[in-house]
Amino acid sequence: MANRINMRDRYKHMTRLGWETSYQPMEKVFPYDRYEGIKVNDWNEWEDPFRMTMDSYWKYQGEKEKKLYAIMDAFSQSNGHLNISDARYVNALKLFLQGVSPLEYQAHRGFARQGRHFTGEGARVACQMQSLDELRHVQTQVHGMSQYNKFFDGFHEFPWWHDRVWYLSVPKSFFDDANSAGPFEFMVAIGFSFEYVLTNLLFVPFMSGAAYNGDMSTVTFGFSAQSDEARHMTLGLQAMQFMLEQHEDNVPIVQRWIDKWLWRGYKVLSLVSAMMDYMLPESPMSWKEAWEMYFEENGGALFNDLARYGITVPSYAEICAKEKDHLSHQVWGILYNHTAAAAMHTWVPDDAKMNWLSEKYPDTFDKYYRPRFEYWRDQEEAGNRYYSQTLPLVCQTCQIPMGFTEIEDPTLVAYRTTEYSGDKYHFCSDPCMKIFTDEPEKFCQAWMPPQQIFQGNCGGEGLPAVLEHYKFNLGADNMDYAGSPDETNWNKWKGLDGAGDGQVKAS
Amino acid sequence: MSKVFLALQDVDEARPIVEAIRKDNPNAEFDHQPAMIRITADQELIIKRETVSNEIGADWDPQDIQLTLISFGGHVDEDDDYFRIFWQD
Repeated sequence: MANRINMRDRYKHMTRLGWETSYQPMEKVFPYDRYEGIKVNDWNEWEDPFRMTMDSYWKYQGEKEKKLYAIMDAFSQSNGHLNISDARYVNALKLFLQGVSPLEYQAHRGFARQGRHFTGEGARVACQMQSLDELRHVQTQVHGMSQYNKFFDGFHEFPWWHDRVWYLSVPKSFFDDANSAGPFEFMVAIGFSFEYVLTNLLFVPFMSGAAYNGDMSTVTFGFSAQSDEARHMTLGLQAMQFMLEQHEDNVPIVQRWIDKWLWRGYKVLSLVSAMMDYMLPESPMSWKEAWEMYFEENGGALFNDLARYGITVPSYAEICAKEKDHLSHQVWGILYNHTAAAAMHTWVPDDAKMNWLSEKYPDTFDKYYRPRFEYWRDQEEAGNRYYSQTLPLVCQTCQIPMGFTEIEDPTLVAYRTTEYSGDKYHFCSDPCMKIFTDEPEKFCQAWMPPQQIFQGNCGGEGLPAVLEHYKFNLGADNMDYAGSPDETNWNKWKGLDGAGDGQVKAS
Repeated sequence: MSKVFLALQDVDEARPIVEAIRKDNPNAEFDHQPAMIRITADQELIIKRETVSNEIGADWDPQDIQLTLISFGGHVDEDDDYFRIFWQD
């Protein structure tokens, strides 16, 4: 170490590689980081607390990849998919590959763009590294789940589905919104709100849950990705602090973005609430516990810290606090009803699971949700498994079907509506409507799956034509877990009762 | 007072780091969850190069935390000799 310059100097020398342009004025070379109204006095005040430079970046990323691929090879060589707790678990991975992995790719594109367009070279270098990380994440996730694709339905057309299937427009439209925003809003949207505040809820308890359910491959790619995430969180927080410290006029702009993007992210993560509480056969932690630990406790500490800039907790935090007792149950209900048009299986939770849910949600599960599931189970047993045959009304902002209830009355579906330019728009909640009314000219252009289907842009009229357009293998990718080829195969591989004749009934 | 936290993978490489944290942060709490360890403390947590190096018996660079760190809550302050997370008051 004696002859080496210290970390601070190394960081300075290896990231401050920009120059004042002379053939063209700087504002023409970097035209996009001004129109949002964020004022920057001195880009040199940007600093990456990790002080990561490209040489260490390649060294650490190379090491992470070697470890990860060694485990993924071992997983595949030892038929690791047979060691999971139950085949129902695989449906959480289907939702992950369809809904989350393509967002990693979107993040790769978004950070590549900011890595070109920020005037400050410190910010550009950090964004470029994150862009490479995100590409690594989508690649390792696709690779990790390819083993499952060999043995289970519901994986094979994930990029096609991500761009078309109704429930995947929830995560897709979230990222389209971020990628069509300016560079500073993108940093608050993805760098801060999503990476710093919310991804803990996706990657930490869910991946720990993957380990708990015997999925060596997923926990490994999850935690390998998350080791990059720690750096991303720092970048998100740094970007925010940088804006807040550069000029006081930036504070209200940043606050509006925080309010918008924490809510947008929260709605996307409602899918994760169902993954954690319903799709993991063995749940180490409930959604509610994860929310309390990672949003209320850690997020609370963060907002205490940001108070010195005049930043406050979004006013709807109260809604989230009440909704944490309801969210996963309502989302699972929506998925259960619409699973004929989804590339995953659903099921009614068994008694052991319902008892666990009662224990974790003592104030709400037995009162509101257990009776519903028991009714559905009775209907199934009587041969009346219900599949919705109609298109749901979806929220113009978050694009989730309108199934969430009023905070003061969990038996009444929340419904908001407003008009813009002669057309009527519908929302699941006050914050979603507020986001629309702040930027109606943007959100009125959203690609809404039900409307697109009715306009004939998704294969034609009626569910069969739409599902064909989606490229579903009918009866294999969709419908209940009970009676699916996944169930038949699993029982056969594991020598369980009810193995049936082993016939795969794919179309 | 706000709590900071660190989550590390529950792997061999993280053990000397966890031991060093135990020695240098007497008030830290350790929560073992599947495949990970979540460490919380009031206001700040520090990992010192010297302590981890002594645990391993070889030099440890604080940037090596990259290989096992899953998540954290707080601001990061990293230098040649330590890795620290903290909340400002």
